[in-house]
Amino acid sequence: MNIKEILTRHNKDKLFLMGNEAAVRGALEAGVAVASTYPGTPSSEIGDVLSVLAHDAGMYFEFSINEKVALEVSAAAAASGLRSFTFMKHVGVNVAADSLVSLAYTSVRGGMVILTADDPSIFSSQNEQDNRHYARLANIPLLEASNPQEVKDLMKYAYQLSEEFEIPIILRTTTRVSHMRSVVEFGPLTKIKGKGHFDKDPQRFVPVPAAARIMHKNLVEKMDKITVLSNNSSLNQVYDQGGHIGIITSGSAFNYAMDVVEENELPVNILKLTFTYPFPEKKVLEFLENVERVLVVEEVDPVMEKEVLAVIGKHGLKKRVHGKLDGTLPMIYEFNPDIVLEGFGRMMGVELSHKGTSHTSIGLPNRPPTLCPGCPHRAAYFEVKQTAANLGIDDLIFPTDIGCYTLGIESPYEVADYLLSMGSSIGTSCGFSKATDQAVVSFIGDSTFFHAGIPPLINAVHNKNHFVLVILDNRTTAMTGGQPHPGLPVDGMGLEAPEMSIPDIVKACGVEFVETINPLNVKKSQETFEKALQFEGVAVVISQYPCMLIKSRAERGKNVIIQVQDDKCINCNTCVMELTCPAIYTRDDGKIRIDPLMCRKCNVCVQTCPEKAIRAKRIDKAGEEE
Amino acid sequence: MKPYPIYISGVGGQGIIKTSVILGESAMKKGLPVVVGEIHGMSQRGGVVSTQMKIGKSYSPLIEQGGADLLLAFEPLEALRAINMVNENSYVVMNTAPIYPFNIRQSEHPYPDLSTILGELQSQTKKVIAMDAEDIAKKAGHILSLNMVMLGGAAAVPAFPLDKEIIIESMQDNLPERSIPINMKAFEEGFRYCSQQIK
Ligand SMILES: Cc1ncc(C[n+]2csc(CCOP(=O)(O)OP(=O)(O)O)c2C)c(N)n1
Ligand code: SF4
Ligand code: SF4
Repeated sequence: MNIKEILTRHNKDKLFLMGNEAAVRGALEAGVAVASTYPGTPSSEIGDVLSVLAHDAGMYFEFSINEKVALEVSAAAAASGLRSFTFMKHVGVNVAADSLVSLAYTSVRGGMVILTADDPSIFSSQNEQDNRHYARLANIPLLEASNPQEVKDLMKYAYQLSEEFEIPIILRTTTRVSHMRSVVEFGPLTKIKGKGHFDKDPQRFVPVPAAARIMHKNLVEKMDKITVLSNNSSLNQVYDQGGHIGIITSGSAFNYAMDVVEENELPVNILKLTFTYPFPEKKVLEFLENVERVLVVEEVDPVMEKEVLAVIGKHGLKKRVHGKLDGTLPMIYEFNPDIVLEGFGRMMGVELSHKGTSHTSIGLPNRPPTLCPGCPHRAAYFEVKQTAANLGIDDLIFPTDIGCYTLGIESPYEVADYLLSMGSSIGTSCGFSKATDQAVVSFIGDSTFFHAGIPPLINAVHNKNHFVLVILDNRTTAMTGGQPHPGLPVDGMGLEAPEMSIPDIVKACGVEFVETINPLNVKKSQETFEKALQFEGVAVVISQYPCMLIKSRAERGKNVIIQVQDDKCINCNTCVMELTCPAIYTRDDGKIRIDPLMCRKCNVCVQTCPEKAIRAKRIDKAGEEE
Repeated sequence: MKPYPIYISGVGGQGIIKTSVILGESAMKKGLPVVVGEIHGMSQRGGVVSTQMKIGKSYSPLIEQGGADLLLAFEPLEALRAINMVNENSYVVMNTAPIYPFNIRQSEHPYPDLSTILGELQSQTKKVIAMDAEDIAKKAGHILSLNMVMLGGAAAVPAFPLDKEIIIESMQDNLPERSIPINMKAFEEGFRYCSQQIK
């Protein structure tokens, strides 16, 4: 499939799409005029696809500097009467939350959808928070999708709902839905409105206390009306098998429940909730009437389970509710069919489990992800550690941040000691440098620096801190797949854009020690780190070299091959044990070798081999050694 | 149709996601329901990558323990790691060329011998097909065609729900045009090798 088909295909056509791709089609079918995001797994592909399609579709799309700004861009578009779409990973909503909560008060004119992609089991995140709580916190309607077709269809429905009640809508997916692929049938496209017009109404859009009090009242009344809708919504559906046991479920968990019930022919009625907030109390009450007991199957927190218990308490029913709170199902992590089947058995007091269980008693080595061969982050890490060792600094704290470079937590680098969230490297460095006498060297990526690094850097200078900050500028947002950021001369739609200079920003923050290095130049870089480590105050080193995934192989060292010279190598293992580039390995006969297919010819091993046993050898065009 | 569950495992960068997209589109072309589950993100920097799919009616792509009809393993260690997905009737198509974890020198457990890996898998199912897919890919013209060798291997498995022709059509829709001749050759060679093994 060509990604452009998401835009060019017609009503009734079918494509095999990922949940994230289906969200884009949903936006196009709804006529979304403005879309904004900051990348984050598992939502990133939505932005990647929009950056290819938006221009042709006549939509405005941007990679915003962070999620709060993304939400604000879309909020303003919606206030101006356009349909807007902002999407982010679950923790991104934390960043946007301050504006999100007020947005529910000020309300929208054009429809607005906020897609949150949660990450149960923490495949690529720092936590597995359940963002259904945000619907409750902010009082915003919530829809939950279980598969790509639903993602697309719910997008469309959400815009109708949003405009009818002038309220933003949260659409929640989870990793298993965002990254699920299945057949999606298309609907017709809607023509995208070019420009909106903002009609002023400060009583509505400026929540000063007197106005906010009225807004809150209006919001609560609106949500009461929407409750009638969720109670009667055909999105909340009963799969009646005439059983006396019920399952209430939503999202991805619904898929597991359905598979388990169908495969094992369990006599169970399923209530699938899709329009899950305002909680459809009446619907649940009706469902409960026909079952003796109910199992609530949901990811991650027992959100609906508590709602069901409340319904039961409020109406004085005598029904058992099973789920996470009574230990029938696990409290954390994503579910799967096995977990649901076991939980069902536990509720029934019988042992239900899957077919055979094959396993091996052999201990298997694990396979953690690691920095790519030739990754500029590795070089910087190696240099910082060497320099600190040379200076005899051994009590050193490494606050780190989020990106590929967090992989520096692995041995042998071990340059990741403390992390909370994006930007926390600098904020916590301020704290460590005040709270201890230990030396502090902090790492942050370029994209993360723009996202959340600037206010804490100003804080550091103003409060007279003392630490070294290394900005790992690999000219992209690598971890999430290589999206642009404000430091690049290109924007989210691939158009030319002003390139914001990191050194200039750092200087403007008041930092007096600002130096830029090429980390692939080991000696010079170490000299700079040496000066930085001895500087009294905040020293910033910008380590600038492009990510190896964006730097094409052709550009670098086309005509060289990196080789170990056996006559010089003394097997000191510096390259294997300290630099640990994945392209360097020890052959069965004990000789060190470099895999020519993996090697990106960064030359760092050549410079760091104490015996100068690694060399770059010229080869002719056909790849033969000269 | 009763779902046909396929578990694909290997290492980031081996082209596993592309392979599952081609299989999924083939199923769609044949008019079969299909769901695929992938994991993107951290795991793609040389870590473990797996996708799960069910061809046939199913709500979720996630396979129960021991529920895979086919384990398509792009790397031997990752084949063994996925052993909990197979049962005595499962087919296993495995590439024998290892990729050592970058930190294997510091690892508590050594990389198991190929014979140990095969022995463990064979103790669960007799239907294990091992091939040096890396070598076949190189001979076809490029090591990166390894995923198409594996795809060819899968197509050779008896009762595999998709036929060669339809898979080839989807390959053409999903691979860069320049690479088609090499990838086609890789696919055919993988198919041929596994067909012979099965006979
Ligand atoms: C609030 C929040 N938004 C998004 C993410 C997802 N995310 C993880 S790392 C990262 C940025 C990585 O870019 P950069 O800092 O340049 O480091 P690189 O990966 O390029 O080394 C993003 C967007 C997140 N973890 N938290
Ligand atoms: S993707 Fe780029 S930044 Fe990330 S590990 Fe690889 S080379 Fe380094
Ligand atoms: S030059 Fe050395 S350090 Fe750089 S990628 Fe090749 S083997 Fe790795």
